[in-house]
Amino acid sequence: MYKLLLCTRYLRTRYIALASIISVMLGVATMIVVNSVMAGFSSEMRERIHGILADMVLEAGSMNGNEDPEWQMRKIQEVAGPYIEAMSPTVEVYGLLTLRYGGQYMPRPVTLVGIDPVTKAKVGTLVEHLENYKPALDENGRVARPAEFSRDEPPGWNLPRTYMEYRRLRAQEQKAMPDDDEDDAGRNDEKAPADPSDLLKQLNDLAEENHDEVLGALMKARLYVGSQIISFPFPGKNGEKPRTVWMCQPGDDVMISTVSAGKSPEARNFHATIVDVFKSGMSEYDSNLVFMNLEELQRIRGMIDPPDDPEHGVRSVTSIQIKLKNFADAKLVADRLQAAFPPGFYQIRTWEQKQGPLLAAVDVESTILNVLLFMIIAVAGFGILAIFFMIVVEKTRDIGILKSLGASSRGVMSIFVSYGLSLGMVGSGVGVVVGLLFVRYINEIERGLTVITGRKVFDETIYYFPSIPTRVDAFTVTWVAAGAVAIAIMASILPARRAARLHPVQALRHE
Amino acid sequence: MVATIMMPQTHVAAIAVEKAYRKGEHKVPVLLGVDIEVRRGEFVSIVGQSGSGKSTLLHLLGLLDCPDVGEVKLYGQRIDDLPQRSRDELRNRVFGFIFQFYHLLPELSVIENVLAPLMIRHSAWSYWKSRKAFQEQARELLDRVGLGHRLTHKPSELSGGEMQRAAIARALMANPEVLLADEPTGNLDAETGAEIMELLRSLNSRNDLTIIMVTHDESIAQQAHRVVRLAEGRLEAWGEAA
Ligand SMILES: Nc1ncnc2c1ncn2[C@@H]1O[C@H](COP(=O)(O)OP(=O)(O)O)[C@@H](O)[C@H]1O
Ligand SMILES: [Mg+2]
Repeated sequence: MYKLLLCTRYLRTRYIALASIISVMLGVATMIVVNSVMAGFSSEMRERIHGILADMVLEAGSMNGNEDPEWQMRKIQEVAGPYIEAMSPTVEVYGLLTLRYGGQYMPRPVTLVGIDPVTKAKVGTLVEHLENYKPALDENGRVARPAEFSRDEPPGWNLPRTYMEYRRLRAQEQKAMPDDDEDDAGRNDEKAPADPSDLLKQLNDLAEENHDEVLGALMKARLYVGSQIISFPFPGKNGEKPRTVWMCQPGDDVMISTVSAGKSPEARNFHATIVDVFKSGMSEYDSNLVFMNLEELQRIRGMIDPPDDPEHGVRSVTSIQIKLKNFADAKLVADRLQAAFPPGFYQIRTWEQKQGPLLAAVDVESTILNVLLFMIIAVAGFGILAIFFMIVVEKTRDIGILKSLGASSRGVMSIFVSYGLSLGMVGSGVGVVVGLLFVRYINEIERGLTVITGRKVFDETIYYFPSIPTRVDAFTVTWVAAGAVAIAIMASILPARRAARLHPVQALRHE
Repeated sequence: MVATIMMPQTHVAAIAVEKAYRKGEHKVPVLLGVDIEVRRGEFVSIVGQSGSGKSTLLHLLGLLDCPDVGEVKLYGQRIDDLPQRSRDELRNRVFGFIFQFYHLLPELSVIENVLAPLMIRHSAWSYWKSRKAFQEQARELLDRVGLGHRLTHKPSELSGGEMQRAAIARALMANPEVLLADEPTGNLDAETGAEIMELLRSLNSRNDLTIIMVTHDESIAQQAHRVVRLAEGRLEAWGEAA
């Protein structure tokens, strides 16, 4: 009983103990906040990578690809049918995207991915990252223009109305001043229909064959271009707001250079129309990926056999993206596919294997951060140790008194251990509350800090998250809190043992 | 510890007790074979010069320390070699200490200080169950020592005499058989000292409490039944008072 009474009395009368409570609290709160934000970032990132990459990919050994995706998909169905949710054939090849900006040609190295958007959208995220499906926002975050397409519309290669009009206007301008800019868009005269409501459909359809004859007609090759390929952040000068400068937009044409498939690859150059902008928030993808209509890419690269019969020819693809019903089956499916497809020509990889180094780097980062942060709590522990030694010295005579009244060594020890325990519990309890509140209101806090400091603390143009992603893991919180309490106890055990070992007579004589 | 009816029974005794302190390499002998027998209900005072080892002897009798050689007995049973737990238990139940510098716990109020021995004796739960009775008892005791109006004061708010009364109340709270008083009046003026002595004498006569008191003041010592003198590490009878 006296242990509890003295313990609480010492707590109440020693304000120095407050310092160690605060340091434990800060350590715990920091760890919770940092872990939640890290987990938020990394799970958001994993989700995006996973979405873009699909669960697993059956890849061809070479850039020429393997023939007959239908056969490949049938075989996959045969081998692992019950586990497969969806599949999409793709062609992946390196390329160079050249755009015109400010009177200059700017080449960009890209990964050109030929996709079938409907099936691609089934194996992973696609529509979610396409700008035409998002409403256009003004700088205050209000909707300036509704989305071009609604979410239920399947993705395709048509240019939405707004950009079509833009393209037509541009074509007319260029027609009026032909020598100003020799672009490919609409070199021809006005065969375009008069009724603007039909215009969209007609232009989109006409493009297939009669591209050169219609004003503003689209190229046969259509692209979803990664947002960072055609834009750059412009740091606001003289107090201006930083903004993103777009060098191209949907409706513009760019030039693509790539290589043909075959024994001796040849360069292939062609013009393509941007129909949409791809923005996933992962700069690795947004600055690198260009999606293109699969059939056209196959045609241009000569991946149809025979080349002059696109209707009936056998096509090739470089990979089949696969979505599983349950990602937990990935190992099993991978093993089965490995056995079914000859290893030299096919390779099977899960999204995690494809992004292994990046994910590993994130894990290492968070481990290191945790070790460092735990040291904060360890520092708090040493603070407790020092303060407790001080209190033991200060209380030496009282310890002698207690022993003269019949208190056992264990009893004296438990005063200080429970003192440490309560410091740790209060500290980590308050720390958990503060940390969770901080995480809960992190975006409000960020806004407040932005107002106070006048600088954007969390710049979404850098991170591509609209708000700071957080993810509170109950397991981590429990561990952090328990670890802090354990450290507080460990730090108090040493001084407590010292107190317990004090000789009662020596303690009583202590001045 | 059954009290028998035979009145002049030996209550506490030290037999050929030796004690030396180590000071680095040197051994400082303090007690060189002390024999003392105290009967039940007896009031003995030990006098001696400062540094003669009076406190040391008292600590040995009260099991706060162990003798190098010799034995300490309670009702003829050796107690100095008991395990730590039993020694703690005896200190809590059988012996009550009073010190020159009162030794109250500064964080606790007067009544909490008085209750401390019971808090130590009982577990939190059993103390909680009977706390009303304990508090009543403590209040009565404090009334008896004249501190009924100072229950919730902190020791730092009391005078020396009051603190010593509180310390006596604390010692009595455990309902001890033997009261060990180490210069209880040493820090008090003559008048207050006399009051404390009056209190001790009445406790001795009314409650049949065995009291062993250490003092260097002979006039105080004379108020006991018997006075022994500690000099050069040994005890010598000095005279029977009263
Ligand atoms: N811890 C110790 N180490 C060394 N010497 C000590 C220690 N405690 C007491 N002494 C010595 O023992 C002697 C007796 O002390 P004490 O019993 O307090 O005497 P008294 O109470 O009669 O004044 C003194 O000379 C003192 O210096
Ligand atoms: Mg002394």
